[in-house]
Amino acid sequence: MTGAPAIKAINLVKIYQSGGVPVPAVRGIDMRVESGEFVAIMGPSGSGKSTLVHMLGGLDVRTSGEIWLDGTRADTLSESGWALLRRQKVGFVFQFFNLVANMTIADNVELPALLGGASPRQARERREYLLGELGLTERAAAAPAQLSGGEQQRVALARALANQPRLLLADEPTGNLDSRNTKDVLRLLSDVHKKGQTIVLVTHDARVASMADRVVSLLDGEVVDDGALPRTRRRPMGTVGDVVELRG
Amino acid sequence: MRLPLLALLAKEPAHGYELKHALEKTFGDAYPSPNIGQIYVTLGRLEKDGFVRAVDVEQVNRPNKKVYYLTATGREKLDDWVDEPTEGPRVRDEFFMKLVLAPLTGIADRMTLVNRQRRHYLSLMRDLNELAERTDPENRVALLLIEGAMLHLQADLDWLERCQEELP
Ligand SMILES: Nc1ncnc2c1ncn2[C@@H]1O[C@H](COP(=O)(O)OP(=O)(O)OP(=O)(O)O)[C@@H](O)[C@H]1O
Ligand SMILES: [Mg+2]
Repeated sequence: MTGAPAIKAINLVKIYQSGGVPVPAVRGIDMRVESGEFVAIMGPSGSGKSTLVHMLGGLDVRTSGEIWLDGTRADTLSESGWALLRRQKVGFVFQFFNLVANMTIADNVELPALLGGASPRQARERREYLLGELGLTERAAAAPAQLSGGEQQRVALARALANQPRLLLADEPTGNLDSRNTKDVLRLLSDVHKKGQTIVLVTHDARVASMADRVVSLLDGEVVDDGALPRTRRRPMGTVGDVVELRG
Repeated sequence: MRLPLLALLAKEPAHGYELKHALEKTFGDAYPSPNIGQIYVTLGRLEKDGFVRAVDVEQVNRPNKKVYYLTATGREKLDDWVDEPTEGPRVRDEFFMKLVLAPLTGIADRMTLVNRQRRHYLSLMRDLNELAERTDPENRVALLLIEGAMLHLQADLDWLERCQEELP
């Protein structure tokens, strides 16, 4: 262990070109995520959340600034350099899942583990664990197109975790889930986080964000708030009278 | 608490402690447990209004206990309650007042207010998460109550985000 942060971003900027017009999506973000930390990123639609995590995972090229992963400079890597780095240590959940259409769910989840050097048996065991935790064991032999949006999204999370990556980057991993399925995802995230998984996760879902060690809020491509959640004053909390108020 | 007590008495006559236990058992930790004093005060008022009546039941070696039962008027009151549509929760507007008015007075800027409020909501959400984890998985009523509180809190946060976008 070097003690280097899992992520360090310095003055990160992304300006898209849209029909000749520059669109500044991320405007000078500094960010540091320690190894083992769970950081949630929140903010209104269009505030630059996806753009930020795409850059951190090398899926979008930064306009300027620096990205360091585990103490190694990453923003200067070539596309194939990034691909190798991701395979070794980054799991990514896309806002719009990106499953391989002509492979079964089981193969979608096992593939990254196999690419990462796991034995077929290890890959299978990991897949069985992840699909089990997410309530998808019965769907293992199906093709992605046969799954609902929420099911595909859970598969995307299982796939991102298949390789036990050092860093999990997840863009709205519960965006298509109902309350019950969100609970499965929360349990899995809390489970892997307790085992030391570093997580950076974009979410609108307060239940997900409230599990994080720290919440970063974006507005118009800039960080407007960054901090740990305060402990509420009344504790230990026996009831939640403030929030739960039955009339009658 | 008046109507929930009437509803419990519609099932069977009961004394104060039985009503307290029934409320606790039904709602679990998700609902602040009423103290026995409050329950007796409420029962006294219900009796005065003619919705319940009490009979003394003799006990061996102990003071008599009062067992309450529902009257016909009480039953009517309960039916009316059940039959009428219920008001939804209102927007908690005290924070909105602060948000709109504080900048005028120069006391605080909006960004600070919104950020502090967001952190507060999220920490309440974390408390609800922890409460849900501690709650008996068999207690559907308590869990649904917590889930309802979570969904309301989510709406508060979404609204906060809209305020942050719209108000400079
Ligand atoms: N490929 C692109 N070309 C041009 N503009 C883009 C592109 N991708 C994103 N943008 C713009 O950059 C800004 C930030 O987009 P981004 O997708 O990062 O937002 P977001 O915070 O993830 O929003 P949402 O919550 O809706 O997912 C938006 O104004 C968006 O229109
Ligand atoms: Mg996005």
